[in-house]
Formats: sequence, structure tokens, C-alpha cells
Amino acid sequence: MFDSLSDRIQRVFKELRGEGHLTEFHVDQALKEIRTALLEADVHLDVVKEFTGTVREKAVGQEVLTALSPAQQVLKVVQAELTSLLGGAAQPLNLKRRPTVVLLVGLQGSGKTTTAAKLALHLKRNLNKQVLLVPADTFRPAATEQLRTLAKENALMCFDPKTETKALNRVRAAVKDAKLFGYDVAIVDTAGRMHVDDELMDEVAEIKSLADPDEILFVADSMTGQDAVNSAKAFSNRLPLTGVILTKTDGDARGGAALSLARVVGKPVKFIGVGEKVKDLEVFHPDRAASRILGLGDVLTLIEKVSQETDRKQALQMAEKLRKNEFTLLDLRDQMRQMRKLGSFSSLLGHLPKVGPLKELSNIDIPEDATKRLEAMIDSMTPAEREDPRIIDGSRKKRIALGSGTTVPEINQLLRQFGTMKKMMKGAPRMRF
Amino acid sequence: MSTDTPQKKGLLAKLKRGLFMTHTELISRVGGAIKTKLGPDPRALEALEEALIAADVGPATALELVSAVKAAVKDEAGRKGQEDIDLVKNVLKAEIERRLTASTSPPAVPAGVPKVLLMVGVNGTGKTTTTAKLAARASQSGQTVLLAAADTFRAAAIDQLQVWGDRLGITVIKHRPGADPAAVVHDACTAARNRKADCVFVDTAGRLQTKTNLMEELAKIRRIAGREIPGAPHEVLLVLDAVIGLNGLSQAREFTKSAGVTGLVLTKMDGTAKGGVILAIVRELQIPVKYIGVGETVEDLLDFDARAFAEAVVDG
Repeated sequence: MFDSLSDRIQRVFKELRGEGHLTEFHVDQALKEIRTALLEADVHLDVVKEFTGTVREKAVGQEVLTALSPAQQVLKVVQAELTSLLGGAAQPLNLKRRPTVVLLVGLQGSGKTTTAAKLALHLKRNLNKQVLLVPADTFRPAATEQLRTLAKENALMCFDPKTETKALNRVRAAVKDAKLFGYDVAIVDTAGRMHVDDELMDEVAEIKSLADPDEILFVADSMTGQDAVNSAKAFSNRLPLTGVILTKTDGDARGGAALSLARVVGKPVKFIGVGEKVKDLEVFHPDRAASRILGLGDVLTLIEKVSQETDRKQALQMAEKLRKNEFTLLDLRDQMRQMRKLGSFSSLLGHLPKVGPLKELSNIDIPEDATKRLEAMIDSMTPAEREDPRIIDGSRKKRIALGSGTTVPEINQLLRQFGTMKKMMKGAPRMRF
Repeated sequence: MSTDTPQKKGLLAKLKRGLFMTHTELISRVGGAIKTKLGPDPRALEALEEALIAADVGPATALELVSAVKAAVKDEAGRKGQEDIDLVKNVLKAEIERRLTASTSPPAVPAGVPKVLLMVGVNGTGKTTTTAKLAARASQSGQTVLLAAADTFRAAAIDQLQVWGDRLGITVIKHRPGADPAAVVHDACTAARNRKADCVFVDTAGRLQTKTNLMEELAKIRRIAGREIPGAPHEVLLVLDAVIGLNGLSQAREFTKSAGVTGLVLTKMDGTAKGGVILAIVRELQIPVKYIGVGETVEDLLDFDARAFAEAVVDG
């Protein structure tokens, strides 16, 4: 998400950068480009108009600061405005009450059920909360089954509605259960509904009155176009929304809906769904997103990701092995697995600034497949071979290639690279951690 | 197109009603733009452009449509005494209809083999519901129909299709969750041949068009279907959610590349979304829109008609 919007906007600033002196004309030209870039990213027209208006006012009327070039000055204004448009700093969920009730609402197909499970896992893993999932979608066939299956697969608790077919009754019983059994949070997955469907909008309003939720999150598809504003407005007229969860951001949508929604709902995007797996939910940081859109990088998220997914103890063990030069092919495989947990290389590199010395780096794309093939080769070796690859002769190579679905030249390449690595380590001075 | 049969008339009325609901806002805006005295009035043209952008046609297409209107208004000889408002409406209708008329149609199904239809799309567009609706239509018209539950990934997707199968009295060919979808398609094709079924509707898992490996899975499903039944899949329908913005174009491009899309289905047109991105999609890829969904029931899936759509968009 945001990648191509980011590219477009950076081009505008590259052109501005050449100007030593910024006139109103230059600002207008740049804003025209930004307007098109935002519209193509599906930001709502009214939001675009307001945004360019504010930026123009601030950029043109600003006093000239000698420390900044004119282009940098405009960039600063745009960054500040983008951040405020996206909702400022990240806002955590309000989990003070016990049980806290979280209501997920939205259109059909926006991803509520998957998000309910993702949010539950997030709260359990990162905040150590006891979470009860509540299936309140009684319309879509098998929606209850879906939530229960997701819960079972991820060791989460799901309320069993038995034969109850009324959403309202399910929520009433589930909240009672949550109180009785001391859950910290109850996440209610409601049915998807069209904002023009009065009957169903009444139902969700009733659920809200009954459940008295602390958080009402509007779940929206990041690929939504101009209509994001209409549905969000309608939902926020009926329910006091407290935030937005944006789903499917791992596609190539330009993410304009994020800007429109935050503006219209007047509440920030709190989480984004970043993949198909239940663990693929991230806290959304508006300030960092703004900086990413402008190509200034988001190193903070990268650091958090690395520290979340890597095990410190394991890292130290590995360092010790490297020092003693006891690093084997098996260790190499484990390292690659750890790297893979972080996501694809290109998604990691997306966090780096696209201006300055790291610019070239962000163009590198290492296919995920490559590491998988290396893993397969190592997996097809015998323990003895992994311990001492020198014993791998021609016939062993053929066997490994067959077993891993690769070719002998690929295995030669792996062994050569591993040999070079070992040699380099020998020469390396003692590393300190 | 003949509108004299009562059934067709009913459908058209429904189409208009469905679109009227979704296009109220657009029509009021365009209507306002047209009613302004055009000279051509730059403010009216701007309002028109904005109305089109708000319908998700995208800034580029919006500009092209506005240019066409501008040119027509200037052309005194070509207007043949039409009032401004009629002229603008006619230009827009003609332009929209032209853009929505595709040059390709799916290849004919060889005689004596079951027709295989593959439903594809990103997550949450309504593939399973649309699959069920299409199967119900075919079954109601007297055809022998099979459903194939090839979404083995999403939790309870198989159950969801089975519920539809039970409701409609249609056999569902299924495997266990997590099974190879191509294997499900293989079995469905074999079953269709053995039972001499008329058509098989294959519901696949939703996938984002950027996931290379999942897109390759579709190519594999195609291969397997083609090996079992000559020419299969005979139709590949890309299901698009009307709320989709300009990302719809990227979806259409990628799915066409991997899955060989032959037609589009635009769902959830009963909200306020306009799905204007189909103008750009049909124009670039020359793939026709086949159906639009305007509600939850089986009857709410309508045949698409470019002219009726254009008229509904512009006239209301």
C-alpha cells in the first residue's frame, strides 16, 4: 500500500528540488500534480480539495527559512498535513474496562471475520489479554463456522452460540459469559451490511445499545474507491465509531481510502491487515505512514518488526557459533527461516528511505522463492552432509537435486557461497554484541 | 435488443431501479452540471468532471469524457438543433456505451461436453454468493448443474457453498479444507462428465492479484480443467466489488494474465458505489461485463446491458 502514491509524490518533489526560489506558480504546479496523484490513489475528491487548499495556504504564506530549500519547505508542510489528515500519532485501543467490548462493523466482504481473529491474536500475544470471539453474523452462510475454525486453528476462545439464530441474543449471552468467566476483551463480529439497508443498520444500532462497546471499529477494504466516504459517513452517523481497520493492504492498492476514511470518520486508522495469515495485523502509525508516502522511510517499523520476530537468545548463540567458526549449513537454513518470518525482502526494503544513500537498495528484489529453494536443498541433505559439506560428491549432488527439485548447478552455487562465507568469517575480527 | 417480452421488461425495470438507487447522487450532480447554461461553461464542465471522478471512473477517463462533451457542445453543425442538456446526455450515453462494449466474447463450448465456469477475484468481492446465484439461474432454466468448492483456503468457505447447494438442491463437489483446489476441479470435471451435467461452476479462493504463487495456482486449475474437458474452462468470470476504486484495473489486468478472464461480474451495486472503474477496464482489456449484482437474493443478479447501463447512469 502507498507505494505507487509514494512514487508519484516523490517525482513532484524531485522536480521542485531544482528550484532555488519558489514562486506561487511552482507551488500551484506541484499541487496540481499532487491532486492527480491523490485522485489516482482513490482519495476522495473533497478530501483532496481540502488538502491541496490547506497546503497551498501554508506553503505560499510561509516565511522563508534560510536553513531549508524551497522544496524542503513545501515537503515539510505536506508531511505535517498528511500526518494530521491520517490522524496524528498512533492511538491504542481503550481496554480499561473488563470486559472491554469491541464491535467490528462494515460492508460485506471488507474482512470483518478474518480481522476479528487477527485482532484477538494480536491482543493475546502482544498485550497478554484473554479474548472471547463472538460470532454475531447470522446472515452469511457458515460465517459462524468460519470464526470458530479460525479460533480453533489459533488457540483462541470463541463463544458457542449453539442454535441461537438472533444476533442480538447471541451478543447478550456472550457478553454475560465474558463477564462470568473473566475475559478481558470480547470481540463481536457482526454481519456485513450495506449502509443503505435501514433494517440492518437498525440491527447493528440495537447490538450497540445492548453490548455497550468501548470500541466500535469500522472495517474497510483498502482497495475501496470514492464510495469509502459514503459508507463510512453512514456508519458513523448511526454509530459512534472509535477507529478504522484497513484490510488487504498487501495488494497494490494505493491506499487513498486510508486518507479519506480517517478524515470522514474523524478517527484514526488503528490497524492494518497485511496478509492472509491470522498473525498478519499491524498497528498503524499515521506519522510513519505519512513519512513513507513521502519517501522518507519508516525505519522505526522495521526495527520493531525485527525485534518482534527474532529471538535474542538464538541470535547470541548464532554469534557464538560464527565466532568459533562452527557455522553449519543447518544454521544457515535457520537464519533464512528467521528472515522469512519478517516477510519478503522487498516489503522490508519498502521501509527504508527512498531518498539519500539507501535509494538504490530499495530497488533490489530478492524473490521469496530463492530462499525456499535453498532451504529445500539443505533439507534434502543427510545430517552428515550438513555438518561437513566437503563430503558432497557428484552422486550425492545428484541425489540432493532430485530430492529438492533443484539442479546440480544450483547446489554447486550454494556450496560455493557457503564456502566463501566460512572463509570470510575466519578472517573477520571478533564481533561484539 | 428486444424489450417486448414481459420477462425482459421486468429485468430492465429492475436494472433501472437498481441503478437508480446507486446513482442518485451522480445523477443529481451531473444533472446540475448539464442544466447550467453551457457555453461551454467551465464551471459546469468541472462539476461534470468531479461527478465522474466521484463515480470512480478515474481522473483520466473523466477528462476524456469531459473533452468529448466539450467538443460536441462547440460543434454547431453536429448538434442538429438539440438542446444543450439533451446533447450532453446523448454524448455521455454514447461515450459510456462505446467504452462498455467489448470486442471479445468467450469461445463457443464444444458440443457434448459440460460447460466449465471458473469464478475468480480478490478476497471479499462475493465470489461464493455469485457462484450460487449463477448456478441457481442455470438450474432453474432446466440445466443439470454441479458446484465445485475449490476455495479450500478460507475457513468454512466449503461449508458456505454447501449451505447454498442444500438450499438450491445442487450437488457440491468438495474435498477437505486445505486440499489442492486443482484436485477438486479435477474431480468436479470427472463427475460432470460421468453425470452428463450441463455445466460446472467452480468457486475459487479469493486472492490478491499481487500474490504470484496464488495466481499461478489459478493457471494450474485452468490446466487441469482443460485436460479433463476439452476447451475448459469455457468461461472465467472475474468478480469485482462495486466499491472498488481504481485498483480494479490492476485486478483485471493481473487476473486476465494468469486466469484468462472472459467476462466481468460487478457485485454490490445496491449500495452507493458506482463501480465506474469498469469503463477503464472494458476499454483497456476488451472484456465484457456479463452480470451485475443488485441485492442478496438469487433474482438480484442481472444480465448486463451496456446501453441500458449508460442510460441508467445518465438519465436516472
